[in-house]
Amino acid sequence: MTLTKADIAKKIADDCGFMKGEATEIVEKLLDIIKQRLIEGEDVMISGFGKWTVKAKHSRRGRNPQTGEELILDARRVVTWKYSPVLKKAVNASPSK
Amino acid sequence: MNKSDLIAALAKESELPLRKAEEIVNLVFDTMSAALIDGDRIEIRGFGSFMVKEYEGYTGRNPKTGDRIAVNEKKLPFFKTGKELRENVDEEE
Repeated sequence: MTLTKADIAKKIADDCGFMKGEATEIVEKLLDIIKQRLIEGEDVMISGFGKWTVKAKHSRRGRNPQTGEELILDARRVVTWKYSPVLKKAVNASPSK
Repeated sequence: MNKSDLIAALAKESELPLRKAEEIVNLVFDTMSAALIDGDRIEIRGFGSFMVKEYEGYTGRNPKTGDRIAVNEKKLPFFKTGKELRENVDEEE
């Protein structure tokens, strides 16, 4: 099973008393807010869930693994996410599939 | 940004009472947590995906003392940044 945006919107509609279209818009808005903050370079921490961090990577020399050719990889910014200890504990407390 | 900031921002942008925005934000992350606890994946197009990796237990050693220690099996959630977010974060300077 995979949880999608539509599943989350349906849950909001069912539990919080919104029409499906409204719930979809709200979920989109929420994701946009998080994305925008990350694009601006700000970390986003949700207690009990996890924390997104924007990390700056230096440029470095790399290789094309297929041709062995050397190339310079430009400096870049990447998003990482680390689970909260609460979530890790909950994930490990449930039996494996 | 923390959860209270997110709630306030959502309330403002969606013109919802703070209480309602709080209920929604909590429900969204509770729903996502529940999926990961069940071992399910989460896929949010343009944003990213979450999955739980399972690790087997093994016998390790304390590098200082050399003592053998049993490392238990564990499960850890991971996030992979979606293409759109990855590109947008990298573009901004």
